[in-house]
Amino acid sequence: MASTNTGRRTEGWMGIHRGHRARPLEWLAEKFIFGVSLSAIVMVFLIFLFVAREALPVLFGRMNSSLVQKVIPPGEMEKIPPAQLKEYLGLTDRQFKEMDRETLQTLMEVKVEAAKEAPNDKDAALNTTSWRYLLLPHQWTGYDRPEYIWQPVSQIQKYNIIPLIVGSLKATVVALLFSVPLALGAAIYVSQLATPRVREWVKPGIELLSGIPSVVLGFFSLIVLASFLQGLFHYQSRLNAFTAGIALGLAIIPVVFSIAEDALTSVPRSYIQAALALGASRWQTAWQVVLPAALPGVFAAVILGFGRAVGETMVVLMASGNASIMSWSLFDSTRSITATIAAELAETVFGGQHYRILFLIGVLLFAVTFISNFAADLVMHRLKSRLEGKH
Amino acid sequence: LNQPAARQSRRRFQSAGFDLASFLFTGLTGAATFLILAILAVILGNILIHGWAGLSWRFVTSGTEKDMFDVNKAGVLPMVFGTAARVILMTIFVLPVGVITAVYLTEYARMNSPITRVIRGAVNNLAGVPSIVFGLFGLGFFINFLGRNLDGILHAGAANPVWGRPAILWASLTLAVMTLPLVIVATEEALRAIPPGLREASLALGATKLETILKIVLPQALPGILTGGILAVSRAAGEVAPILFTGAAYYMAGLPKSVTDQFMDLGYHVFILSTQSPNIEQTRPILYATVVVLLVLTFALNIVAILVRANMRKKMRAGH
Repeated sequence: MASTNTGRRTEGWMGIHRGHRARPLEWLAEKFIFGVSLSAIVMVFLIFLFVAREALPVLFGRMNSSLVQKVIPPGEMEKIPPAQLKEYLGLTDRQFKEMDRETLQTLMEVKVEAAKEAPNDKDAALNTTSWRYLLLPHQWTGYDRPEYIWQPVSQIQKYNIIPLIVGSLKATVVALLFSVPLALGAAIYVSQLATPRVREWVKPGIELLSGIPSVVLGFFSLIVLASFLQGLFHYQSRLNAFTAGIALGLAIIPVVFSIAEDALTSVPRSYIQAALALGASRWQTAWQVVLPAALPGVFAAVILGFGRAVGETMVVLMASGNASIMSWSLFDSTRSITATIAAELAETVFGGQHYRILFLIGVLLFAVTFISNFAADLVMHRLKSRLEGKH
Repeated sequence: LNQPAARQSRRRFQSAGFDLASFLFTGLTGAATFLILAILAVILGNILIHGWAGLSWRFVTSGTEKDMFDVNKAGVLPMVFGTAARVILMTIFVLPVGVITAVYLTEYARMNSPITRVIRGAVNNLAGVPSIVFGLFGLGFFINFLGRNLDGILHAGAANPVWGRPAILWASLTLAVMTLPLVIVATEEALRAIPPGLREASLALGATKLETILKIVLPQALPGILTGGILAVSRAAGEVAPILFTGAAYYMAGLPKSVTDQFMDLGYHVFILSTQSPNIEQTRPILYATVVVLLVLTFALNIVAILVRANMRKKMRAGH
């Protein structure tokens, strides 16, 4: 720094003023360290960019899954402009350049053959990747009313994402209802009521729960928990949104606990001492003084728990039963957004419609968690400055 | 005649220190705490009791045949190798970047400047991105963008892609991005635990800022930095979602030979065994045993990290 602006004496590190002597190595190191520290920002940006990139054609309605297309006779190949021909055959620039005339001719003949084999179904002509079919119900051939259907592997691919969103929401709501009371109770107990000795044992214990890999939680709920819960509540399908929700709850308890506990502990001791001095009991202090003061933090904990639950993959993939049925019942087998991506992406064709739509729901997932993280971050920041007395 | 007596007895009850509301409140929150710990105990107990039977020296040290569901032939060595390899590679990628970022945030950045807040916001957000989205990112960026372009430059005209396909390298890079926030936060904590007086003394003796950081601050913070690394490793070791499309293989005949090979993975193997098995009752022993191996790997690391961190916090408290 000193070498660049010698005129001004800059306020240095921890209040120590820098000398005027130029230190190019120091300067370079500082710039380098600063550059590397931007990597987190770059990564968030790249994640958004590259997940969205694969989904762009669907986002802008450039995909067409229609099985019935206007056929151009192979003989007319010379008449149409190359750009149009390229689009008609669905080729990339490089592929198009590398192909000679005869290959193109063959491809056009293949198109004609394919058109002949198009299924005799009124839905075959639909572009099921357009927004209308992604979000709204449609009366498919053979159904007696409009329905939301996710069925990417069938002759006419149906990509309605509403059943997946509902599936994710169901499991998440159950998870929050199960885990928030438990985690919050534990956070209040550990931060306000427990003796230091108990605290020293309980905190690492709950930290240990967060150390269990989600695939192990998924395995446990699939093998043990699902049967146990079914025995308890006697419902039809063993794997369903309820089971998945409870299992998810186990996964997010440590998240909600640690953030809520942090917020509760960060309430200044003076608050507690004042309340106790006024004659309040410990629980009154905890419930009426500490909890209200830390409420934004508790709220942030719940939002983060929500974000984590929506994004959790392996637990839901293994415990939810994975049937993409549109249903609001908690005891039906369901499929979440994350589980759909995990289960189907490996079998898709690179750049195909199914592939792009899976990336599209990935973007959706990213957006939801980004917003919930951002909100939680904001709330926590406000809370910190309020508790530190800076309004 | 009776009423005042009752009132009096109640008063005596209260003055003796019994408060029903307090009792209930403490009981409820305590019960919540206990329930969580009990669930944890049940999960671990169940896994250990059932898993113990399937564990054997042969199971841990042998590979698996084509039929990985056969109780008498299955082994987990290739999976342990694959998991260890991807985690070690990941550590090599993530530690330098994470530590340097933390050094910037604690030693150079001004507390509330906009850029610092943006970096912190990005770190927090990165920590909250769902693991499956990291998988999509790994596929979209590392494999389909970096890999394919590398192939276009280095191996133009080759029939099979070398870089543009799932590989251990891409899986580790994806995991490195995922664990970056963990390392940053842990290192930051370690750096903040070092008393400012140490830095001031070093500066007062004429050391430059860079020298102070390299020779005083970082060596002092080493245990904390290692904790961050260990936490990242144990978190990454159990993750499956990010590697589903970026490198994990369902089955491989041998061990991966280079960073561009696919690999078998412990966590993914747990998933395969519990969902793809033709007869779940028969494969149950190896399934449980595989879970035990995975848990031992992640927990051994976790416990080390928790101990080191507890020790560090104690020191920090003593230093203030």
